[in-house]
Amino acid sequence: MSSFIPIFAANFETLMAFLRIKSLLVLSLSLFALANLNPLLANETLANQDSNITAHEAKAFNVTETILEHIKDDHSWHLWGHTSISLPVILHSSKGFEVFSSAKLVDEHHEPIVFKGNFDYKLMEGKLKIVNAEGAIDEELNKQLLDISITKNVASLFVSVLLILVIILSAANAYKKTGVTTAPKGIQSFMEPIVLFVRDELAIPNIGKKKYAKFMPFLLTIFFLILTNNFLGLIPFFPGGANVSGNIAFTMMLAVCVFIVVNLSANKNYWQHIFWMPGMHWSMKLFLAPIELIGVFTKPISLMIRLFANITAGHILVLSLICIIFIFKTVFASAIAIPFAVFIGMIELLVAFLQAYIFTMLTAMYIGMANEEHHHEHNEAAHH
Amino acid sequence: MFILEINPLVLPDIGLVFWNTIAFLVLLVVLGKFAWKPMLKAISERETGIEDALLRAEKMKADMAAMQNENEALLAKSREERAILIKEAKEASEKMVAEAKEKAKSEYDKILTDAQSAITQQKNAAIADVRNQVGSLVVEIAEKVLRKELSNKTDQESYIKQLADGVKLN
Repeated sequence: MSSFIPIFAANFETLMAFLRIKSLLVLSLSLFALANLNPLLANETLANQDSNITAHEAKAFNVTETILEHIKDDHSWHLWGHTSISLPVILHSSKGFEVFSSAKLVDEHHEPIVFKGNFDYKLMEGKLKIVNAEGAIDEELNKQLLDISITKNVASLFVSVLLILVIILSAANAYKKTGVTTAPKGIQSFMEPIVLFVRDELAIPNIGKKKYAKFMPFLLTIFFLILTNNFLGLIPFFPGGANVSGNIAFTMMLAVCVFIVVNLSANKNYWQHIFWMPGMHWSMKLFLAPIELIGVFTKPISLMIRLFANITAGHILVLSLICIIFIFKTVFASAIAIPFAVFIGMIELLVAFLQAYIFTMLTAMYIGMANEEHHHEHNEAAHH
Repeated sequence: MFILEINPLVLPDIGLVFWNTIAFLVLLVVLGKFAWKPMLKAISERETGIEDALLRAEKMKADMAAMQNENEALLAKSREERAILIKEAKEASEKMVAEAKEKAKSEYDKILTDAQSAITQQKNAAIADVRNQVGSLVVEIAEKVLRKELSNKTDQESYIKQLADGVKLN
């Protein structure tokens, strides 16, 4: 977890750099967060080390394991106590497709057991693996195994997709019903400022008035998908509780989409600036080309890591604070842990919006950079 | 790869990537077709509508101002005309009064002269009449006197003789 600290700190710095929100309140809150999160995280790692030591003595409670269990994906969706929703497991192996319920992978005490399907399956640290007769992971067979199960994250993602569809389609229907002559009402009046915010604060300033319209659906979809999943991730119980936007697969998918959109929409001018920077000496051009080429990839990768690290770090923070109670094994620890957890929760609310905003803004910025018109010619024409 | 192996958190799950991609593409297509496009269209329509309305209002305001100016100009013009009319009317009436006065005076003069001439005429006639009457009376009396005096022949002849002496024949 200590590996998160530099990412998180650097991330907040880039966040600061890109922060163009007018409200000073937001700025000051973020600064406050920046000032507070690092020592807290440092404390956490210390707490974890302590707990690891105690874990050896009494095998009852392991903080790292508990937290990772909450952060990671799962094959069943835990509701409360010993109740959880079983989700379908979908596998593709050398023997074809296979679908079964995840309930078959655990016994009545929720301990993983071997399920005999096409192969012998067993959950190892939450991940489904093919095991051999001795109960060890069969590396060769696992390489051919394709696990496209509906896991907790996938189910939560579907919930968020459904939620977005219901809310936004009903808002869009209002325009059909009442037309544009009336003022927005109900859900429509809630959605419209956000849509206008994305359009007027993110798309138009970064892409420009001429080309922004083409990218609006993409930007809006990204924004609402991230926002909804960020908020759902903050709800500690069903239908939230899954860490979708803090999952590297989710952010990677979005980053890849951004990469594709940016590079497919890029004009000649953009590629020229990457491979053969105009107005430079040829040696400088040769020197800059690889750097610029790396930049093409680092941009979406930074998007991926930023969102993942921010959301995951926030979840880890809240979970760690709650774990303090279990580490000290006294209910009085909650006097410190709960207010802090609530405070971090508040910051998380801000971060949930901020990360959706920043992801969308940077996407718009990258698209804008890739679509920038050639300026040098105009300047030269003006000089002559 | 080393980092990926030590931390399961940064190892993307192929199943998750698969479902995430499907979910995102579905969302992008469905929302793009049924939500974002109509929404953005409606919003931009409303914006242009408001802009138009504002422009129209501005134009109407300008029109109103122009009309007001026109009205004021008209009012001023009419006021001027009224003043001219009043002035003219005053002049006309003054002229009329003057004319009437003049006419009355001339009439009066004429009547006066007429009256004077009539009076003179009457007077002359009366004087002439009186003179005639006096003449005839004198003749009558003279006749009567003569008749009485010339009743005897001698007196008559002496008188004729007297008269004849008076006449000088030249």
